[in-house]
Amino acid sequence: MTDTASPQTFSSTGRDTFVGTPRSRIDGPAKVTGLAKYAGEFAAPGLAYGYVVSSAIAKGRIMSIDATKAEAVPGVLKVLTHENRPRTAWRDKNFQDQVAPPGSPFRALYDDLIAFSGQPVALVVAEDFETARYAASLVHVTYAAQEPGTDLGDLRGTAYDPPGKRQGIKPPPKPWGDADAAFDSAPVRVQGAYSLADEHHNPMEPHASTVVVEQDGTYTVYDKIQGVSNSHQYLTNVFGLKPDQVRVLNPYLGGGFGSGLRPQYQLFLAMLAAQELKRSVRVTLTRDQMWSFTYRSEALQTIALGAEPDGTLTALRHDAVQGTSQYEDYQEVVVNWSGVLYKCDNVALGYRLVKLDTPTPGDMRAPGAVTGVFAIETAMDELAYATGMDPIALRLKNYAESDATAEGKPFGSKELRRCFALGAERFGWAKRKPEPRTTREGRELVGWGVATGIWESMMMQSSAIATLTPDGRLTVGNSTGDIGTGTYTILTQIAADTLGLSMESVTTKLGDTRLPEAPVAGGSWTAASSGTAVMKACRKVGEQVFKLARAMENSPLANVDFDRAVFADGRISVAGDPGRSVALVEVLQAAGVDKVEAVEEAGPDKDFNQAYEAYTHSAIFAEVKVDEELGQVRVTRIVSAIAAGKILNPKTARSQILGGVVMGIGSALEEESMLDHRIGRFMNHNLGEYHVPVNADIYDIDVIFVDEEDKANPLGVKGLGEIGIVGTAAAITNAVFHATGKRVRHLPITVDKLL
Amino acid sequence: MNRFDYVRAGTVAEAVQAFGAGARFIAGGTNLIDLMKYDVEKPGRLIDITRLPLDKIEAHGNGLRIGALATNAKVAYDDRVAERYPLLRNAILAGASAQLRNAASTGGNLLQRTRCYYFYDTATACNKREPGSGCPAIGGMNRIHAIFGTSENCIATHPSDMCIALAALEATVQVSGPQGDRSIPFSEFHRLPGDTPETDTNLAPGEIIVAVDLPESRFPQHYTYLKLRDRLSYAFALVSVAAALELDGDTVKTARLALGGVAHKPWRNREAEALLEGKPATRESFQAAADLIVSEAQPQSENGFKIDLARRAIVRGLEQAAAGTPQSLSDKRIQ
Repeated sequence: MTDTASPQTFSSTGRDTFVGTPRSRIDGPAKVTGLAKYAGEFAAPGLAYGYVVSSAIAKGRIMSIDATKAEAVPGVLKVLTHENRPRTAWRDKNFQDQVAPPGSPFRALYDDLIAFSGQPVALVVAEDFETARYAASLVHVTYAAQEPGTDLGDLRGTAYDPPGKRQGIKPPPKPWGDADAAFDSAPVRVQGAYSLADEHHNPMEPHASTVVVEQDGTYTVYDKIQGVSNSHQYLTNVFGLKPDQVRVLNPYLGGGFGSGLRPQYQLFLAMLAAQELKRSVRVTLTRDQMWSFTYRSEALQTIALGAEPDGTLTALRHDAVQGTSQYEDYQEVVVNWSGVLYKCDNVALGYRLVKLDTPTPGDMRAPGAVTGVFAIETAMDELAYATGMDPIALRLKNYAESDATAEGKPFGSKELRRCFALGAERFGWAKRKPEPRTTREGRELVGWGVATGIWESMMMQSSAIATLTPDGRLTVGNSTGDIGTGTYTILTQIAADTLGLSMESVTTKLGDTRLPEAPVAGGSWTAASSGTAVMKACRKVGEQVFKLARAMENSPLANVDFDRAVFADGRISVAGDPGRSVALVEVLQAAGVDKVEAVEEAGPDKDFNQAYEAYTHSAIFAEVKVDEELGQVRVTRIVSAIAAGKILNPKTARSQILGGVVMGIGSALEEESMLDHRIGRFMNHNLGEYHVPVNADIYDIDVIFVDEEDKANPLGVKGLGEIGIVGTAAAITNAVFHATGKRVRHLPITVDKLL
Repeated sequence: MNRFDYVRAGTVAEAVQAFGAGARFIAGGTNLIDLMKYDVEKPGRLIDITRLPLDKIEAHGNGLRIGALATNAKVAYDDRVAERYPLLRNAILAGASAQLRNAASTGGNLLQRTRCYYFYDTATACNKREPGSGCPAIGGMNRIHAIFGTSENCIATHPSDMCIALAALEATVQVSGPQGDRSIPFSEFHRLPGDTPETDTNLAPGEIIVAVDLPESRFPQHYTYLKLRDRLSYAFALVSVAAALELDGDTVKTARLALGGVAHKPWRNREAEALLEGKPATRESFQAAADLIVSEAQPQSENGFKIDLARRAIVRGLEQAAAGTPQSLSDKRIQ
């Protein structure tokens, strides 16, 4: 603990009693005991249940829907289809949510057109779930099917540069130098094609919405969403409701990984049915229906690297073609990372889209970076072998000291070198024999690989409220969601430190549109955005309490300036004169106020953003053991060294990275949504056949947080949600090459690819 | 899920009598309930057989009789099974999860239905689900499908691990039905798809499995259950091998070999077993047997790798069995 409160600490938590220390998540007990309620679990009087009927075809028209059998089932209240749906708004802009890509968003039950397999074509609403599900099986739909186009490889020739750019997504920068000519004349050349399979997010909690019709005609909505303000805006725009007619809540999320960034069709359907029936309705999607919206689109990538014999990169070309839907131009940053990571005089980066008859892809943990960094970091390993260099030495040789994709702006901070150094030391990299196939343990070949990870460090405009009451309790919060990352916990730590209280005396509330607005939880921006807003609100409360304290009769703080105030142990004291102090509770009681409250806003630091580019980095080391004869790969060791600014809570931070690494292992070895292009349908749409890692797949994962000072925001945090996954797959493909001499450029590395 | 009647049988005779068109017996329900939720199975009547006194594991001649309602967990952790039929134990524990094995019954395990994507998805055609509608797995997503004994109507695989061991151990299935009791050799219990892929087994309508008999133990030393899959646990086999050997010195006296994940039934090739018998227990002998087995394989568009994988898995499985080093269940490294 420090006992100075220098002027700078006005914009920080002041003292780090809890911040920076490992703390168990405060929502943990509620989650493991079942007290935590999720969107599909809230009850309401007279609640009706909706069950979605999904399209069997991927493209064409609905010719007829015969719901008579379903309607005849006792307990069925309504079968909604495009033929009888109530009117809603119809303009695209009403359906465009806060993170929608350019285009015309999907609207359920809008007309007879089918745009993707699994599209909702009817909603059966009944008194209970089982009746709705049974009746849904009796709805008979006939289609005029057309041949769908879902094969990205086949349709590659139709790729286009999206005319409308997605907000917040940087298109590839203009090329610099002459990459093609430099490649042609480069003494060392490497080129290859890379791809990642289509992946689905598959959070444990399926998407669900419970729309409760209150007695006064307003709606209370529990929605599976990563930020309730997005659902709120969507509902008011689509259903023509005034903001105060709808309250959206989502206190907990059973995993999102990006699938909950946009309001999904179950929310629309639940509200549609609730309005039509004038009663509360819940719609929960099945696991299979989780394949009927948003996914990580596979990307077909090509990379060409040219270098001098000493490893100096002279040419870098990275192109990606990615799928989107027929109705929206979803975009992510796939190729730019190559230009950010490496210094090279001749660079060309390209990114184009192909329209497919699938739902619009969406952000999935480190969208674009997982895809692009896998490719460039595999290619860099190939270049390391082509030049005979150590893969780390090659990366350090071409280490970017500034962001070439942003006119050479410097990085706000970049401790990637330390990541390599500390990670290599922990992993034992120095003992690696560079030649492939040199280490064997029994029947298994052992391989070591390394890769870099990178993600943007962002901050979004956010507000937060802080309320201190005379009982000494502090309540803070805003509308963003804790998507399982530990947001409740870190905000509690920040609030407690800012006002010098115990964590137990702080209550953090999230996921409620009655709280001050904050954006969806995504992009790894929540800690910086909501954390700063909470800190500012608490600071403001502190100022107000300080004023009240100074005004007290015989105040120990009389004539003290605020910047000498120290908040600790529930008291305000004077820096350098700890004898002069007063308890916060005493101040409020003496002032006779029932609370001291402040709402504050925080946003990106424009000056900082003008001057710097901000990224998190990592170095990932992987050890694999491969039974070559049987094509079996075990990832026996991962060391992930992370540079992500200040670590607010090493325990929840480590969990974040562990989760990212596990997901990276899934991406590398297992995850693959299999599209039958003849019918445009993902066929392995359940968790039995879509494989994500299980405990048996996971061995040692070692997480290192490298010290990094960053000034993009007062807390010095950069965000951790995505960085753990980025580059992990490349470290594994590189380790597999080192073990076997086989270069796998198409993920996942299933048995068949190693035989 | 459709509406259905539910009756609870107190005796085997009652259960058989309660059977009629569209009825299904239900025990653990670990597969049937799933299939009902998917509208793949739509029984008009469920006959609950969980109260029948069929959960014993008891001596039977020189062998063991496993009651049809003994759970997979109970069988796997039975001392006699562990001692005398460790191949069976290992096969059971290579499948599903602890929770599922606690619920799933022995009889139900034999009646598991295929995990073919198209069978499970009522939006697609499937001859097994709707006879005559077609088989989109042919030419479709078929990397998990069969390479042996397929027909133009169906290329689905049988999903059980336990049954692969039972096939290698040459168990006998005891059934009771409207026509009385009978015994079915394990190799004749499941069937190939042919023109009637909707029928998985040779059980007659209304017949109920009452027990599975294991013959005298012959392979407590030289056995393995080697399961290869897309992750290291909790996935169905791409290829699995149940191998059991009796050795006379270094010579193979008896060989039993059954493959999972490759056919509509546990796949055995007696010629290959005969080829091994009397031969030295060497990699060369094992390769010859493996080559003979896979010579019959027919790949689909995406599962050609299974032929090579099966060949290698057979050799490795036989090596493990011969060495008396069965595949460990906890260490995922393949010996």
